[in-house]
Amino acid sequence: MAQMTMIQAITDALRTELKNDENVLVFGEDVGNNGGVFRATEGLQKEFGEERVFDTPLAESGIGGLAIGLALEGYRPVPEIQFFGFVFEVMDSVNGQMARMRYRSGGKYSSPITIRSPFGGGVHTPELHADSLEGLMAQQPGLKVVIPSTPTDAKGLLISAIRDNDPVIFLEHMKLYRSFREDVPEEEYTIEIGKADVKREGSDLTIVTYGAMVHESLKAADQLEKDGHSVEVIDLRTIQPIDIETIIKSVEKTNRAIVVQEAQKQAGIAASVVAEINDRAILSLEAPVLRVAAADTVFPFSQAESVWLPNAKDVVATAKKVLEF
Amino acid sequence: MASKKKTPFDAVKVLEQIEEKFEMFQILNEEGKVVNEDAMPDLSDEQLQELMSRMVYTRILDQRSISLNRQGRLGFYAPTAGQEASQIASHYALEKEDWVVPGYRDVPQIIWHGLPLAQAFLFSRGHFKGNKSPEGVNVLPPQIIIGAQYVQTAGIALGLKKRGKEAVAITYTGDGGSSQGDFYEGINFAGSYNAPAIFVVQNNQFAISTPRDKQTKGKTIAQKAVSAGIPGILVDGMDPLAVYAATKDARDRAVAGEGPSLIETLCYRYGPHTMAGDDPTRYRTDDMDTEWEKKDPLVRFRKFLEEKDLWNEEKENEVIEKAKEEIKAAIKEADDTPKQKVTDLMEIMYEEMPYNLNEQYEIYKEKESK
Repeated sequence: MAQMTMIQAITDALRTELKNDENVLVFGEDVGNNGGVFRATEGLQKEFGEERVFDTPLAESGIGGLAIGLALEGYRPVPEIQFFGFVFEVMDSVNGQMARMRYRSGGKYSSPITIRSPFGGGVHTPELHADSLEGLMAQQPGLKVVIPSTPTDAKGLLISAIRDNDPVIFLEHMKLYRSFREDVPEEEYTIEIGKADVKREGSDLTIVTYGAMVHESLKAADQLEKDGHSVEVIDLRTIQPIDIETIIKSVEKTNRAIVVQEAQKQAGIAASVVAEINDRAILSLEAPVLRVAAADTVFPFSQAESVWLPNAKDVVATAKKVLEF
Repeated sequence: MASKKKTPFDAVKVLEQIEEKFEMFQILNEEGKVVNEDAMPDLSDEQLQELMSRMVYTRILDQRSISLNRQGRLGFYAPTAGQEASQIASHYALEKEDWVVPGYRDVPQIIWHGLPLAQAFLFSRGHFKGNKSPEGVNVLPPQIIIGAQYVQTAGIALGLKKRGKEAVAITYTGDGGSSQGDFYEGINFAGSYNAPAIFVVQNNQFAISTPRDKQTKGKTIAQKAVSAGIPGILVDGMDPLAVYAATKDARDRAVAGEGPSLIETLCYRYGPHTMAGDDPTRYRTDDMDTEWEKKDPLVRFRKFLEEKDLWNEEKENEVIEKAKEEIKAAIKEADDTPKQKVTDLMEIMYEEMPYNLNEQYEIYKEKESK
């Protein structure tokens, strides 16, 4: 075990897979000599050489196309999109091309590509850096979408993503990059994509969440416990496909649920989680399934973001509505 | 109004100097006469005959495809007549191990690269088996998003370079495609990595209905290569020998480690954009059609070969008969292919079906068993 931040765990995962598989290539804007704007690729070019870890011209669509083409020659590309708000420049390559490569080639080709990208609010970025755009990706058949909330999960999930034979969007919440350290196994390990983690067991209410909101939800659960409510918190970890089994099992036990996401109410995946619960467990429910989400505006200019972003207080308030229904 | 102010530089002159360098490269003129003996490619008599055969075959394929489409026996089809030199002669300069990354009109090239004709018809009919090229045939399905193939080609070419393979990736778009951001990103990435790619722009004068002049102020599209720091050449796209020579040169340089090239072929599509309702009389005149038909690649190449006693009516008829027979057999094969099912598509969305598809699979299996 070693104490690692999430960013260190990510570097560790990249190093592990660069070592394990010579087809793994890491590239993007400033990922080479500079080690990435967040230092996620720190030291990797020096260790593995410019053939394996390299800078690209500043053009996201080109990066996406490069990844697709390299995959066709048998490589396992791990491109970085410097900030996920820049994904609009590469939407065709991601949603129009790599997501359907297997399908449109009748199963002959695939896109074993992992797109890493920082996102998430609370760190006072300029526009189009912090937006929670995971819902756009989750709605695209052919993609998988992973959002870790801890260093340990980040390492195991990133290794799984790189080994996956389908394209995986791996979103790294900027606020979690260096907000805490924890013991992370130094050896290689994987965490299965599509499997949620029950962060805390409880019997009165299920909170389904992911990303930075896992930590707000855990804080809220502590608060609710003081008020006499036993709360279960599920960290989805993968938001496409979601771990429906774990959610339903929990809801059948607690009979009450809320879904917490940082994205706007009209975005993200909360609505679809609510729909899945209604489809599969409506008779177990003692109350409607409510959502905690941000307002349906674009991500605000940074001075307003602390109010705009959902927090533990919002989670407690919504949880109480459901608990007291 | 030109500015009277004296400046220490003349940016306009630099542009003019660059633009006038991009003259059209031609070997065979409209009459089938060699006008550029020095540039004659090193092709044997048999190879010249083979090139002609392929162009004749492709013209017949186009004619038959159009009539099959009108009979309702083919679906999506983008006519190719007029572009045989651009398509077939550029492809003829390639090797089996090269990658061909086509736009939607570039079905002939992937057929000559090894996609069975029956599969081309299945593609047209909207059957996924048409897109699954045989193992060892390095082609992608025809690209629908204009320009997307350019950035992918840069990636394939970088992969070929990293693997140390003596091969290239070639891609095709039209004059309209050269306006896309992906066009520049593709040539620029390939240039930046010195990757063995060949980017072809078949400038057939119209992007559906929008004329070439509305795409760019540039005098040529070939000159856009300069912006990426790669060689570019403007070729008579109705001249199979010029197209072949330019592509062969680009390929030779690419496999020698000298990086990518851009080739603009000046050509014309005689037919509509696609068979789905486009009416070229809305944007082209009869005079224009007639002018371009005089430049026809088959006509001039036939004259050239007949002069050398390498071609005659009998040979041409043999090719036409062969094409017709193979088309007939391929249509039969396409007819005999079992209908595709939604469950087939579910199986190839991911390597393994996620829970939602798994559940829906059962529903569609039931639906499709009736």
